[in-house]
Amino acid sequence: MRHLLSAADLDHQSAVRLLDRAAQLSVVSDRAVKKLPTLRGRTIANLFFEDSTRTRLSFEAAAKRLSADVITFTAKGSSVSKGESLKDTALTLEAMGAEVIVVRHGASGAAYRLAHSDWISASVVNAGDGTHEHPTQALLDAYTIRAHLRDGLGDLTDLRIVIVGDVLHSRVARSNVLLLSTLGATVTLVAPPTLVPVGVSSWPCAVTYDFDEALADADAVMMLRVQAERMSAAYFPSVHEYSRSYGLTDRRARLLSEHAIVLHPGPMNRGMEISADVADSPRSVVVDQVANGVSVRMAVLYEVFGARAEISPEGISHV
Amino acid sequence: MTSPARVFDADDIGRVISRIAHEIIERSRGAQNLMIVGIHSRGVPLAQRIAERITVIQGAPCPVGELDVSMYRDDVALRGARPVNATHIPAHGVDGQVVVLVDDVLFSGRTVRAALDALNDIGRPASVQLAVLIDRGHRELPIRADYVGKNLPTSLTETVQVRVLEIDGVDDVLVERKASA
Amino acid sequence: MSSSHIVIRNVRPLDAAPIDIEICDGRIRTLNTADAASGTTHNDAEVLDGEGCILLPGLVDLHTHLREPGREDAETIATGCDAAALGGFTAVHAMANTAPVADTAGVVEQVWRLGQATGRCDVFPVGAVTVGLQGERLAELESMASCAAHVRVFSDDGVCVSDAVLMRRALEYVKVFGGVIAQHAQEPRLTEGAQMNEGALSAELGLPGWPSVAEEAIIARDVLLAEHVDSRLHVCHLSTRGSVEIVRWAKQRGINVTAEVTPHHLILTEDLARSYDPIYKVNPPLRTADDVQAVREGLADGTIDIVATDHAPHPHEAKDCEWSAGAFGMLGLQTALGIVVETMMNHPGASSSRLDWQGIADRMSVIPARIGGVQAEHGRPIAVGEPANLVVVDPQRPWTVDPARLASLSRNTPYTGMTMPVSVRATMLRGHFTVVDGHLS
Ligand SMILES: [Zn+2]
Repeated sequence: MRHLLSAADLDHQSAVRLLDRAAQLSVVSDRAVKKLPTLRGRTIANLFFEDSTRTRLSFEAAAKRLSADVITFTAKGSSVSKGESLKDTALTLEAMGAEVIVVRHGASGAAYRLAHSDWISASVVNAGDGTHEHPTQALLDAYTIRAHLRDGLGDLTDLRIVIVGDVLHSRVARSNVLLLSTLGATVTLVAPPTLVPVGVSSWPCAVTYDFDEALADADAVMMLRVQAERMSAAYFPSVHEYSRSYGLTDRRARLLSEHAIVLHPGPMNRGMEISADVADSPRSVVVDQVANGVSVRMAVLYEVFGARAEISPEGISHV
Repeated sequence: MTSPARVFDADDIGRVISRIAHEIIERSRGAQNLMIVGIHSRGVPLAQRIAERITVIQGAPCPVGELDVSMYRDDVALRGARPVNATHIPAHGVDGQVVVLVDDVLFSGRTVRAALDALNDIGRPASVQLAVLIDRGHRELPIRADYVGKNLPTSLTETVQVRVLEIDGVDDVLVERKASA
Repeated sequence: MSSSHIVIRNVRPLDAAPIDIEICDGRIRTLNTADAASGTTHNDAEVLDGEGCILLPGLVDLHTHLREPGREDAETIATGCDAAALGGFTAVHAMANTAPVADTAGVVEQVWRLGQATGRCDVFPVGAVTVGLQGERLAELESMASCAAHVRVFSDDGVCVSDAVLMRRALEYVKVFGGVIAQHAQEPRLTEGAQMNEGALSAELGLPGWPSVAEEAIIARDVLLAEHVDSRLHVCHLSTRGSVEIVRWAKQRGINVTAEVTPHHLILTEDLARSYDPIYKVNPPLRTADDVQAVREGLADGTIDIVATDHAPHPHEAKDCEWSAGAFGMLGLQTALGIVVETMMNHPGASSSRLDWQGIADRMSVIPARIGGVQAEHGRPIAVGEPANLVVVDPQRPWTVDPARLASLSRNTPYTGMTMPVSVRATMLRGHFTVVDGHLS
């Protein structure tokens, strides 16, 4: 895995292997010494053109637990906000020794472009690109679902997972549809027709407008963040109407089966897509998702550094 | 490429396991805090066999664990990501224990160095010893084994392959000359 | 500059039998069958051996962005004319979206004069329909029409004249001087932030979609407006099957509409967006293989009247970036003929979907000259007494596109490494070679 740009980069075997590795690495979080020497002396750059404190902190924690040096660039207070280009900033980071660049960018395909242009030779990890993908979020979601519903083993075969909300603008939904279906789960999208992309019929999932019906046999429900400004663009008429049709209300939560869990990539709009009580209920695994994010990102960084061996001139066998 | 030479067969391995078990008991003098820990991959079944022998000889159970050192290697960017295996340490932990690390082949010493680092992050053993089936020389670090099944002088153009029943379906040790160095 | 007395030997006009053609003082003086003329000598004439080559009227582009004034870092009128001549063009229509916008007689006259000064290619300025391309009030169309530049084509290209009332008024107003409104059909609200064709692929790539209906709805509205006010409409760069069908319907109904397709919409598809490389970003966007098939059929059967390049130079940094930051547009002048031959002549499909050399001459010279109102000088028959605006095409000399070797100041060609099946041997403007043996003369 030279880069991680899309959940489509992962086949079944490599996805399960990543989750297994993350599970092994999660043990480190429970030890007194929460650090591994694996990437000592190696440099990882976090290049965040969009402000996302939680994803940035998660990648930083993952890198530091592997003893890597971390350089962080964020849009705020750096040259990025003054219009410096993606290319120039990446060149700067590589000149500082970054071998892996974790990039968050508002443009769909920014990570792919960084990886496939001839600008840099660093490996690229996509930490969210526009309305395209967010593969490490999907990995941590899959990890969390597997931990709760599969005792942390194997894949997600036959699990029914419902993803609800603004699919059109959601990179989390795109990556999750790809990864969860790769892992064998049955995925159903629930959204108003205005927030479902044209061409969704080619995706490996079902689509319905009836949330109640989808809930009945769901094993996991993933609520997407809905931004209120979508309202002014006529995607839906009011918060009230959205919430009534597509929000995870207390009434709907009671339709869920006993074992079903509720996920949210955060930050949550309580009262919009999810009620406060549901968000705080024992079904909600939102806090686990955050913790699992670090383990999953450690596994990803390790894989990506490992793959650099294949291109390294000193990449020779040495036991 | 010449066909590989078998330097150990199953009987040889059985004898060596038994001898090492006796040596460990002798040196530890029936200590209550003995723990055998195998290094992944082939050190793990070897450690289990040694611990079983010790259990039989002593008439008291000998705790056994397994250690994955892939995250402690210093060659991630040289050799690539390795599959991660489980690290299992008996419930009472390594603090104050006499830990005997077990591996199949001792070569450069880097795996053992990684294992010592990994052990150090888990706890603080009273002492650490090292048992290996084959010592083939060519050390790159100041590390030596306390228990050696066989010293096998080799050249760098040769590979030494230990096969164990639990993983490879057969117990033996092969030496082979590489096509080119 | 070459001599004014030139003989081209053994060249086949529009694929007919070889002839020798004698050009003097800017016009065709004699045409003789090659055999009969072989004995004739022209002691003072420059001779080009056209053995194996095709002679066409000089190509006419109805849709070129020359960037001057305002973005001389991307292209100048001079470099654009060099590229045009090398591509076989003797006339180009320069779009109005410059800085300042070509919305006054002053700006269009300047562009026209700079074009004349190059001596490589006639530049006919397109006037803006609305002041500053703002879509709010009509520019002084009559002033531009009656000035030295004699503007006949008006377009806000780059943006759509989306206001229906303004479009109606423009269509009516240009009737006075026989002008035409060339519409960039893009419903603005349906394409806010749009990055590529809308469909399964845009959904997968997470790029905001540019739906076909945003183009088709404007074309449908505009053909009905043109019918209602009995005026002429030209549709720029149509790109979808639906657009072809609407134009076909309009023509059957007798509506006075013409339409163009770009070379890139004849050959490239949206799949190239998978690379997220904005070299493939263009407006209207690359569409599906089915749309490509439809525009080829439309061009073959005459529903689409002409090929126009939409040559759109951009500096390196405008394309060396992430997709959504990239500029829309591609170079086109030097590759247009090759792409048209590749897609319309060399493909193995039914003969009804193919063009011969006459068909290519019609769609790249004769009809664009007529739509642009320059048919007195350009797109003329190859006959004695006609102005010598000609191109000699070598169908046996393929070439490979290397962006660094294009004449344009910009490098944004999507065809890097692609083989063009034919090359321009020579281009002649008013009896003078602008290109000889593939090089500027
Ligand atoms: Zn246009």
